[in-house]
Amino acid sequence: MPSVVVENISKSFTAEKKKVLALGDISFDVAKGALFGVIGPDGAGKTTLFRILTTLILADKGKVEIDGFDVVKEYKDIRKRIGYMPGKFSLYQDLTVEENLEFFATIFNTTIKENYSLIKEIYQQIEPFKDRRAGKLSGGMKQKLALSCALIHRPSILFLDEPTTGVDAVSRKEFWHMLKQLQKEGITILVSTPYMDEAALCDTVALIQNGKFLSIDTPEGTVSLFKKPLWAVKSDNMYKLQQDLKQFEGMASIYPFGEYYHLSLNRDSILQEDISAYLTSKVHQGLEINPIKAGIEDVFMELMKSTDD
Amino acid sequence: MKQFIAFVKKEFYHIWRDKQTLLILFGMPIAQIMIFGFALTNEVKNAKIAILNPSKDIASATLTQRIDASRYFDVLKNLQSQSQIEAAFQEGKIKLAVIFPQDFNASLLHNNTATIQFIADASDPNIATTLTSYASAIVQDYQEEMKGANTLPYTIQTDTRMLYNPQLKGAYNFVPGVMAMILLLVCTLMTSIAIVREKERGTMEILLASPLQPIVVILAKAIPYLVLSMVNIASILLLSVFVLELPIEGSLPLLIGESILFTITSLSLGLLISSITASQQVAMMISLVGMFLPTLMFSGFMFPIESMPVPLQVISNIVPAKWYFYIVKAVMIKGLGIGAIWKETLILSGMTVFLLGLSIKKYKIRLA
Repeated sequence: MPSVVVENISKSFTAEKKKVLALGDISFDVAKGALFGVIGPDGAGKTTLFRILTTLILADKGKVEIDGFDVVKEYKDIRKRIGYMPGKFSLYQDLTVEENLEFFATIFNTTIKENYSLIKEIYQQIEPFKDRRAGKLSGGMKQKLALSCALIHRPSILFLDEPTTGVDAVSRKEFWHMLKQLQKEGITILVSTPYMDEAALCDTVALIQNGKFLSIDTPEGTVSLFKKPLWAVKSDNMYKLQQDLKQFEGMASIYPFGEYYHLSLNRDSILQEDISAYLTSKVHQGLEINPIKAGIEDVFMELMKSTDD
Repeated sequence: MKQFIAFVKKEFYHIWRDKQTLLILFGMPIAQIMIFGFALTNEVKNAKIAILNPSKDIASATLTQRIDASRYFDVLKNLQSQSQIEAAFQEGKIKLAVIFPQDFNASLLHNNTATIQFIADASDPNIATTLTSYASAIVQDYQEEMKGANTLPYTIQTDTRMLYNPQLKGAYNFVPGVMAMILLLVCTLMTSIAIVREKERGTMEILLASPLQPIVVILAKAIPYLVLSMVNIASILLLSVFVLELPIEGSLPLLIGESILFTITSLSLGLLISSITASQQVAMMISLVGMFLPTLMFSGFMFPIESMPVPLQVISNIVPAKWYFYIVKAVMIKGLGIGAIWKETLILSGMTVFLLGLSIKKYKIRLA
């Protein structure tokens, strides 16, 4: 039995007298013990989806089962077995690290001691500050504490809503390492993130935009959705480069990517020399043109473009 | 049960670590008792008055002296002519002018009658009435003395006794009022804020996604404020007994029991407010405007309910503080037992059950 079964859920909100669709007809399963990533920009519907899965809000339509329990009728059973870490830091800022952890252990009818082995690796990093108020912790430490609190009752499914937003690169990396460890303990993990580079670390990736899933696949499978040739291009005058590439015959799409522009082409027959010759004719200096393999972000841009059309 | 204790412990941490709020919570009852006890009072003392006395004879001089000597009046100036009276009032310094006629004593002795005029600043009608009646009483006393053995054929003597409060101390009225206000403020306002804060800070999201029962959350939120209120009640009672010298006539356990009942009523109200609001500001506004003002107006503490129009009298019945105010006055000041207040107690209990039931029912098991 899968840990999470979602069938055709929709949810809309009324904002300024207009109905806004937050989720539109989403269906997916998450296998037991999987690390499932929901990836999409801000406002795509990630938090709404997580709140429906954690029984915090009700969907307008559709059916959700968590560990075989219905989110509407059997929400009490679900609340006993899930761990949830909201996007906003939601622990008691005026309680110390240890008091927070102890409080959450008790309300889940357990003790720190009982499940210490599960959180040991994470909690040990903040244990030297256990008498510090949670509000005075750094961003990375807050996140570790929040994760410890969400894990203290050894949940069977862990829901993490944008756990790495606003966290530095090193802590993000550490965080994903911790998730991999937890997965080995048999915990099913659903994690949402706006960072495309984190997709590769999941077992399954769902790309979400405007309340709809663009694709659900393994990271490799998702990347393979990108079929066109892709080039990273750079020159001394980036603005002119963009203008000129838009005029380039055979251009399928162009968008900024770090210090490069990613240029996808609609034909395989165009060679590096062709691009180079075209741009040189437009008097570009310091040209760099490299063939590259598509990443998740490229797929995302591509899928977004095709749904917009 | 463990969950409950952990939750109560957490609430105490919140309260204890917010030093500013803590100071207000414990300082407020003390400050209010002191302010009402020594600063804000509707007793009239040392009112400034002016005297116009053109006759300057023995009777008018004695009367002037007596008026000045009383603790109610303080002669600020002696006027020289009628024309100065208006000016003296316009300056705003005097509240009352006492005007003797020409030949006051002579007229009194020869005609057996003389007139004194009191002119009062009636822009505050209560003070004007009080001052003229005090002044009349002084004149009356003097007249009694003068007539001496020559008794008039018919006289009606009035004998007034001020029951329960012979010294006419304001404390007899405001201590019960302050108790009602403090309990309402601490319980309703602080409780509603305490729950809404969890919503605002996002912690409610985690609490909802946990197996905690709503009843545990609600009761655990209420208990610390119940304890705080008891401390406040104790400090109000201690202050009023030892500083304001206001005795507790009735049974102390009964008074405390009724206070606990009213505390629970206020807590239920606070819980109800918190379940229908989403931000601390709104909760505060509803508590203050929706509860505090009606309590001031309709509990009988500031304004007598009997003299209100009938619709307002009816409305006053739904204000819990009105019933508590009545109970405290009955037990603390009149020394009555449960036999005299069982109806009011029953009404408060009914309100409590209704409000608590409603707030548990209204407690949202989801975010939206």
